[in-house]
Amino acid sequence: MSALELSRVSKVYGSGASEVQALRGVDLSVEPGELVAVMGPSGSGKSTMLTIAGSLEEPTSGEVSVGGVVLSRLSRSEQAALRRRAIGYVFQDFNLLAGLTAAENVCLPLELDGRSARSARAAGLAALGRLGLAERADRFPDELSGGERQRVAIARAVVGERHLLLADEPSGALDSVNSEGVMRLIRASCQGGVAGVVVTHDAQLASWADRVVFLRDGLIVDQTARPDGPESLLEADPAR
Amino acid sequence: MSVRHALLALLSEGPKYGLRLREEFEQRTGEVWPLNVGQVYTTLQRLERDGLVESQGDDEAGPQKSYRITGTGAGELRDWLRTPPDLRSPPRDELVIKVLVAVRVPGVDVHEVIQTHRRHLVELMQEWTRIKRVTGPEDLSLPLVVDAELFRLDSVIRWLDAAEGRLRRSAIDATAPDRVAQHGGGTHAGTPEPTRQEQVRR
Repeated sequence: MSALELSRVSKVYGSGASEVQALRGVDLSVEPGELVAVMGPSGSGKSTMLTIAGSLEEPTSGEVSVGGVVLSRLSRSEQAALRRRAIGYVFQDFNLLAGLTAAENVCLPLELDGRSARSARAAGLAALGRLGLAERADRFPDELSGGERQRVAIARAVVGERHLLLADEPSGALDSVNSEGVMRLIRASCQGGVAGVVVTHDAQLASWADRVVFLRDGLIVDQTARPDGPESLLEADPAR
Repeated sequence: MSVRHALLALLSEGPKYGLRLREEFEQRTGEVWPLNVGQVYTTLQRLERDGLVESQGDDEAGPQKSYRITGTGAGELRDWLRTPPDLRSPPRDELVIKVLVAVRVPGVDVHEVIQTHRRHLVELMQEWTRIKRVTGPEDLSLPLVVDAELFRLDSVIRWLDAAEGRLRRSAIDATAPDRVAQHGGGTHAGTPEPTRQEQVRR
């Protein structure tokens, strides 16, 4: 069973002369443990695709399933519960709540889902620990560096039993070493069985994915082939 | 890649045998540039002829012969490190030529040509990134070499993106007067025009 399945998903904004077709029948399935990057220029529909995959927005037509559950068959409150439990989001601008510490930001989704404060904090601290932030758990976002804030955002996205991680330009304005750190963390989550979708216009970020799909004008126009082993380049050309 | 200067750099750490120079060259370049032993000895002979290294031992260039760098060799190495490579004259880039040609050839969709190259480049970048992924933190050379390749390929993709953006913009500009005429004549545009995508909400 796919962790995420988009089937003939379309999205139209506005109507009449101002109608804009953001997505035009997108099919995409992502398996557990797979990391997929979606590349496309501004306006290609990639962020719309991510918000629809994450049930933050409804498609105009087509179907979205998360872990085999068809979103359109759920009530609003059931969808909200699915978002809290199963789906993690990482945004370009981190979206941390300034008035909460790193640990409070991370355990918030669990507490909202009814976990006891104690159990949520334990899970939150464990997630921060895995990302090397145990020491910074009680700092507020403005006391953290950009790289640390993004790691907190990733910890919040993977805390608990999430099986789908959705990231929109997850390295934001971070430098290349910190961006690489972000992608290593996302990959590590996928190795633990989480399915990941990263939306980006940056080929260096996309190259961390198992598969890269290319979106143009609301359509998937192409995708990369399954990879060879990592040795192929080093053996490719002895004259290099 | 200058094998000559790479060997001088390795010898600047102390005298070494030819075989060891080859091993160290491959290690330091992340084993991305394999070097055959003949290349090493030929280069060492030329360096010796030019007075940049000295050999110890009477044999012909071979595994038993040790080399050390001379004062002139050390000066040459320092100069080389600071000499900018020639980046002023644009290389005759095959990809640029293909895109320029694709724009002109009837029946060829330049966007499809661009996407074919973009996909190929991203696949290459995925391969390099996989190498970096499995590299331990103790190895510094390989990630440095891989980053250089990734940035180079990335710059080519950025150029393709820019080229595609420019071609689209130029197509929109070319059709603009027709659109004005159409709307001005009261004709209803039944299907959304492709340019509408420019306004698609992110």
